[in-house]
Amino acid sequence: MIIPIDLALLALIVIIALVAITVKDLLSAIMLLSAYSFLMAIVWVEMHSVDVGFTEAAVGAGATTAFLIAALTRTARWEKG
Amino acid sequence: MSEEKRIYERDVITATISRLMIPFIQLFALYVIIHGASGPGGGFQGGVIFASSFVLYLVVFGLAAAGKRFPEGANTALMSTGVYLYAGVGLLCILISLGVAEYLNYGFIPLTHMFEENRALGMDLVEIGIGITVMAVITEIFFNLVWKKEEEEKEKEEPR
Repeated sequence: MIIPIDLALLALIVIIALVAITVKDLLSAIMLLSAYSFLMAIVWVEMHSVDVGFTEAAVGAGATTAFLIAALTRTARWEKG
Repeated sequence: MSEEKRIYERDVITATISRLMIPFIQLFALYVIIHGASGPGGGFQGGVIFASSFVLYLVVFGLAAAGKRFPEGANTALMSTGVYLYAGVGLLCILISLGVAEYLNYGFIPLTHMFEENRALGMDLVEIGIGITVMAVITEIFFNLVWKKEEEEKEKEEPR
């Protein structure tokens, strides 16, 4: 566990999460959530929890992104207001 | 049919690369499932990786081709097969080791003549059951999400 790398990754994660909830384009929000999950997986691996990181990369960055895009095809792409 | 042909012809690069990648994704998923007991991974992660290969196939080749390769009846059967395998190993173990004062020790299942190998095989069977169910359920969720969409589009197009 290397503290500077951890801090940089966590700061990036917070920035990505804030952008993901403020952006109006929902496809961009889904892609940002995918990037969030992938960075979170890197953080788990860096904290020596390979199993949790593996699950996060497979489910969070892989399956959930596909599900959210499939759900997005059933609604509008742009958020109102 | 003509619509699908057009999509397929448009995406030659993605079709070729995913045709190359899908067997390796599935092989990696099997590796993750089998090595779940001794390393990172396990039934759930392997099942998700296996299902993601089907999701990739559906995204690239369309619903009709994916439905031919992975029919819904087989999908439903696989969903319950995994659960039955998972529960069956446990029930068999409980029934066989009834007189022994140990709970759920897979070593008592007489698969081979060695106690430790029986235990490893029992753990692997449980992991395989979890993997089959997770793979079938995640593929089914994605199929249903896409299926409804295409059905609605057909219904919209027909009255015109």
